[in-house]
Amino acid sequence: MSIDDVRSPPPQYALRLKRALGGRAGWGGFALQVVFVIALAWIGYEIVANARANLETQRITSGFGFLRNTAGFDVSQTLIPYSGSDTYTRVFFVGLLNTLLVSVIGIFFATVIGFIVGLGRLSPNWLVSRVAGAYVELVRNLPLLFQILFWYLAVLAALPGPRQSISLFNSFFLSNRGLVIPRPLAEPGLDAFLIALLVAVVAALALRYYARRQLFQKGRAIDIWPYVLGLLVGLPLASWLIFGGPLSFEVPVLKGFNFAGGTRVIPEFVALTVALSTYTAAFIAEVVRAGILSVHKGQMEAGASLGLSRGATLRLIVVPQALRVILPPLTNQYLNLTKNSSLAVAIGYPDLVSVFAGTTLSQTGQAIEIIAITMGVYLLLSLVTSAIMSLYGWRLSRSLGQ
Amino acid sequence: MKRPFAMKRVPLLFTFALAAVFSVQAASAETLKTVKDRGMLSCGVSQGLPGFSSPDDKGNWTGLDVDVCRAIAAAIFDDPTKVKFVPLSAKDRFTALQSGEIDVLSRNTTWTLSRDTSLGANFTGVTYYDGQGFLVKKSLKVNSALELNSASVCVQTGTTTEQNLADYFKGNNMKYEVIAFQSADETVKAYESGRCDVFTSDVSQLYAERLKLANPADHVVLPEVISKEPLGPMVRHGDDQWFDIVKWTLFAMIDAEELGVTQKNVDEMAKSDKPDLKRAFGTDGNLGEQLGLTKDWFSRIVKAVGNYGESFDRNVGAGSKLQIARGLNQLWNKGGIQYAPPIR
Repeated sequence: MSIDDVRSPPPQYALRLKRALGGRAGWGGFALQVVFVIALAWIGYEIVANARANLETQRITSGFGFLRNTAGFDVSQTLIPYSGSDTYTRVFFVGLLNTLLVSVIGIFFATVIGFIVGLGRLSPNWLVSRVAGAYVELVRNLPLLFQILFWYLAVLAALPGPRQSISLFNSFFLSNRGLVIPRPLAEPGLDAFLIALLVAVVAALALRYYARRQLFQKGRAIDIWPYVLGLLVGLPLASWLIFGGPLSFEVPVLKGFNFAGGTRVIPEFVALTVALSTYTAAFIAEVVRAGILSVHKGQMEAGASLGLSRGATLRLIVVPQALRVILPPLTNQYLNLTKNSSLAVAIGYPDLVSVFAGTTLSQTGQAIEIIAITMGVYLLLSLVTSAIMSLYGWRLSRSLGQ
Repeated sequence: MKRPFAMKRVPLLFTFALAAVFSVQAASAETLKTVKDRGMLSCGVSQGLPGFSSPDDKGNWTGLDVDVCRAIAAAIFDDPTKVKFVPLSAKDRFTALQSGEIDVLSRNTTWTLSRDTSLGANFTGVTYYDGQGFLVKKSLKVNSALELNSASVCVQTGTTTEQNLADYFKGNNMKYEVIAFQSADETVKAYESGRCDVFTSDVSQLYAERLKLANPADHVVLPEVISKEPLGPMVRHGDDQWFDIVKWTLFAMIDAEELGVTQKNVDEMAKSDKPDLKRAFGTDGNLGEQLGLTKDWFSRIVKAVGNYGESFDRNVGAGSKLQIARGLNQLWNKGGIQYAPPIR
């Protein structure tokens, strides 16, 4: 008997609607929800209206018009062109980009260090596991603000002044004003060079795809790395020889108080990035360790009995399974790092909180608007980070066949 | 505290919640009454700026800005100690005033148009005519601010200083790097550690902060003064009586100096027959009561903190460590621009 022969029950639309809207409580529950939503909206409206009315009676300027006003102050690190004659909107983006820069770079290094230390703690090598354990216990148990100040005031401020800076090849200079490096300048050969590099990368990827197919379908293992290396080095080199060099470098020179020319990494950025990534790495290391321990040790033994090395077993068998466990707490750590980057104010790094919720707020006095925008931005950043991690988690569980 | 305005709009419960959410006070015309009921004046000051407002080793606040608050407390309670000092960073000061946490802000704050209009607060006068300057290490051998091209400059964030700096370097076609810190202490620490070549702030503040450096003699204040920084107390909009009290307390100090009334001779002068002194001391007329204070408000103020000149000398002038010359802050009839309307 096929399924089609069974007569389906009557649709019962009204009942379904009732279930969907009111849940088990039925229409009563639905009414309660409506009342709740209305009450919530009303409270929200009253909060806004009351605040507005009060601000107006006190003649405190409100609204978002200030965003179009001229800021009139400068910022030490800007990723987009900015000067004092730009608007507060631009200040907002300058601060946002500085926050994003320190967060992204911090997340990258925290992940790398965290994985290394986490795996190190599980290492059978006594010394490595003890050193990794000491690192975790030391770093995660000291307050973050203290660590930021330590890197800034105790380590970086102890470097010599710009006139006595430590130099490498007379083109890299390290001083208490930061690290000054030669600035790359585009030359006519740059376009050809980039195209050659792109072609080489695409060709290398195609080659890898081909080699994997050969391995999985015909069981033929091909060593592709000599070709890949040849492509990646050979093609750009050929373009260099034909079209000329892609870049020239502007070497910094000491002029007056500071270095002129070159690109500078300010010490505030270095101190903040180092402190954030080492601190978060300690937590990530614990997350990684817990994740790996959650994979049954039989998996490790199975790998060993197949003749795989310890490294290969970890990489191919254990870590992919552990990632499922690692991912949610790892996301937490990423969110923490992004939010902790607001401690930048303590050392004068111009992040969003410093230039927007700090300087802009005190110059315009519009606390409610600025705090609301800043809260919204951090919320959005956190939600986007979570979304990306969820997407990765979803792909991961799909590839593990769950 | 009463919130008559909010009461009309929403039921009590929500008023309560809103008071927690937004610490924006309904415009209240009763600051004087609130202060009297509390038995204390709440006064916003700096986090420690010698000469203007800083606590000594026993925790007593002293300084020119502090004296203004003590004078107000003396005028109200006849007791200059009935003041609660609230240390505020440059960034937090206006919010504290708007929210009603403090009754008066006396924290070396520059009077500008935008601050006077958009913050919901008013300046009541000028306690100190200042200007912005630069502090550098002597070893740099810089003699003028115009030689500061490409320098790194440390500045406190949330101040007019930050904007003047941008204007000055732009106007003179010079490049610079700015590093902005939250508190004055952090700024000075960064300057001292060599992160910056220059520390910029109001000149009075430069002299004050220089005292905190390990070796004050190694640092020099450059001659250029690049801005006008009239510093004065602020009160909230909406309470004209309170505005008058704060305004006339400072005027009383300045007028006392002009009239020759000092902390020492105040009792003798109170018996004087001179008409302007009689009006000030309340032996003739009731000017103090018109302000909402008592008849003897003037002598209470002078007894507590002395006249303006005495307070200046004691805190920032010849009688202090700062040794700042009176300059612009001399009385109008002695070559300066300090001038108070007459008490009549």
